[in-house]
Amino acid sequence: MERRGASVCSAYALTVMSRSEAITKWWNQGRNRVLLFQVLLILGTVLFFFLIGANALSNLEKQGITSGFSFLSQKAGFGIIQTLISYDESSTYGRTFLVGLLNTILISVLGIICATVLGFLVGIARLSTNWLIAKLAAIYIEIFRNLPLLLQVFFWYFAVLRSLPLPRNSLQMGDWFFLNIRGIYIPRPVPEQGFVLLGIIFLLSIAGVCALKIWARKHQEKTGIELPTLRTSLAIVIIPSTITWFATGGPLHWELSSLQGFNFKGGLTVIPELAALLLALTVYTSSLIAEIVRSGILSVNHAQTEAARALGLPQRKILRLVIIPQALRVMIPQMTSQYLNLVKNSSLATAIGYPDLVSVFAGTSLNQTGQAIEIIAMTMAVYLTINLTISWLMNRYNARTLLQEQ
Amino acid sequence: MNKCAISSMVALLLMMSAIPIIAGTLDEVKKRGTLACGVSTGLPGFSATDEKGHWKGLDVDGCRAIAAAIFGDASKVKYAPLNAKERFTALQSGEIDVLVRGTTWTKHRDTALGLNFAGVNYYDGQGFMVSKKLGIKSAKELDGAIFCIHAGTTSELNLADYFAKNSMKYQAIVFDTHDQAAKGFEAGRCDCLTADQSQLYALRTHLSKPYDSVILKDIISKEPLGPVVRQGDDAWFNVVRWSFFAMLNADELGVTSANVDAMRKRSVNPAIRRLVGLDGDKGQSLGLPDDWSYQIIKQVGNYAESFRRNVGRGSSLKIERGLNALWKDGGLQYAPPMR
Repeated sequence: MERRGASVCSAYALTVMSRSEAITKWWNQGRNRVLLFQVLLILGTVLFFFLIGANALSNLEKQGITSGFSFLSQKAGFGIIQTLISYDESSTYGRTFLVGLLNTILISVLGIICATVLGFLVGIARLSTNWLIAKLAAIYIEIFRNLPLLLQVFFWYFAVLRSLPLPRNSLQMGDWFFLNIRGIYIPRPVPEQGFVLLGIIFLLSIAGVCALKIWARKHQEKTGIELPTLRTSLAIVIIPSTITWFATGGPLHWELSSLQGFNFKGGLTVIPELAALLLALTVYTSSLIAEIVRSGILSVNHAQTEAARALGLPQRKILRLVIIPQALRVMIPQMTSQYLNLVKNSSLATAIGYPDLVSVFAGTSLNQTGQAIEIIAMTMAVYLTINLTISWLMNRYNARTLLQEQ
Repeated sequence: MNKCAISSMVALLLMMSAIPIIAGTLDEVKKRGTLACGVSTGLPGFSATDEKGHWKGLDVDGCRAIAAAIFGDASKVKYAPLNAKERFTALQSGEIDVLVRGTTWTKHRDTALGLNFAGVNYYDGQGFMVSKKLGIKSAKELDGAIFCIHAGTTSELNLADYFAKNSMKYQAIVFDTHDQAAKGFEAGRCDCLTADQSQLYALRTHLSKPYDSVILKDIISKEPLGPVVRQGDDAWFNVVRWSFFAMLNADELGVTSANVDAMRKRSVNPAIRRLVGLDGDKGQSLGLPDDWSYQIIKQVGNYAESFRRNVGRGSSLKIERGLNALWKDGGLQYAPPMR
């Protein structure tokens, strides 16, 4: 049987080949064929997901499980400890979704910024000519890169939490800052009349500084003379804002926290769940970023450094103008992966009670409503969207750094 | 993604291909040779592993009773430890046959989730545990307090209702498991741990200084806890429900694991003769062996024995029977007659 099948096949192939020598059929033309297979693949994929969806729906119906998105307008009826938008127990599940989403975005953005800054510092320190600094950086990287993130989250949360005092014995600096087991309490800025004016003046001075920088660069390109802009910039930012501040009579006052009943009220609170998760994500990801920074810097040919030195550039400028721009080409694709990982890892929040999307929406809301398919699908869509956005931004940035080099 | 999200997604995929699981759970279990029973991840007295790794507890006895009825062997159970967030998906998707995990019977769960509650093996209510140092006597003094809660439980909703009703404010920190919530409470992250009262007693035994904490008298909700099955499989529903009723009836008739053999030989009481499988239609109507209820009593014991051993005076929890006493002793436990 097999042999016969094979011979039929090869005979078929021969006829196809002999025909294609004469006239090339449209499906044998290179571009058409690529297109054909892609269309087939897309159709197949769509059909596959359609079948899965239809099957899931009919199964849900058979088991008597309610489906659909109408639950989003139902009252949720549970409390959340940290909300960036107004929320209370009478809000809907739709609102719960937004609260969770914003909390996830908050921890991701803070995490990415902190991990990048710390990662750069550690990565550069790792290459330092100072033996002690280089070794300390290496130890930092090896410890935090190799420990499971969940353990680090638990460590920062429970170990640090345990050593903090109860609210009544808070560590404090004057009446302004309080630190205890329930969080960090800082004054909350409350804007008053005239604050908008101050804001406008401030933004205008920032624009002024940008204009100055651009002009200075053009000037340098033309004449080769580098103008000192630091002092002028500082003056542009500080002087007008200060004058406006006093002219409007200080349009900002600070609301302080104070102990009332069980806990501190008023002011801003950074809950320990946020602090611990941020610490864990920052430390873990920065140890990975540090290695990326190192590999990026090492990838730049040493001759470049020597050439820059020969031009008489100081070490700081060599790093900023020569090495890092070239190192970025190696680093950016890897950094993108780290950012994506950080966003996904932020879902470990649920282990320590930080109210992120997975905790409040894919956790509590899912359990209260039982709408597993809808909620998990929405949650996955969120992570996908956030991460595709990050990838897109980073790819654009990557394209720009590549162009500059040529 | 964390563990829960992954298991939810796996469960989702299972659910999508779940057609054959829906009907005929009893046949399925018989063919497989073990019962897949969902329990908590560890709650002393209800379902927790001992030093040797054996599962013990009131809920575990529920699983064991079903296995004893089907196989004549209470040990033929595969336990699936689930946290509150995973439990319903695991049952709906067919990963487990029955869920015996301190699950509160509510209208929403009974209807919209495609589940059926087979009975109430523990009548509970939500309570509060606070540090003795605070000197609090009543839940009404908890205005402005921070609470540690186990995610995905009715406790979260009851707490919100109670504080709204009394125009008080609160903050809630929601943990994945009982254990983490208790740890948060012990560390001082919250003023108060709230859960079903039986769970508070159980969690207190795990604190390093159990008697520094007090459980308040206030009970703010009714929590009928019981075994749960999927909707739409009546034969299986009957097996689960009557396995529990057999333990209750044995309690009422005074038949214990110690005296069941003697009773089987000598008793002239018709109710007892039916209970131990001598008279009546025996196991036929349930699709079980004739000695199904005898095996439950012999291997697991009656409800009173199970209660005493796991959560009552014979255990470290020392919970009174209270609402869980039999109807004739002033409690709520009542089983339909076995005839």
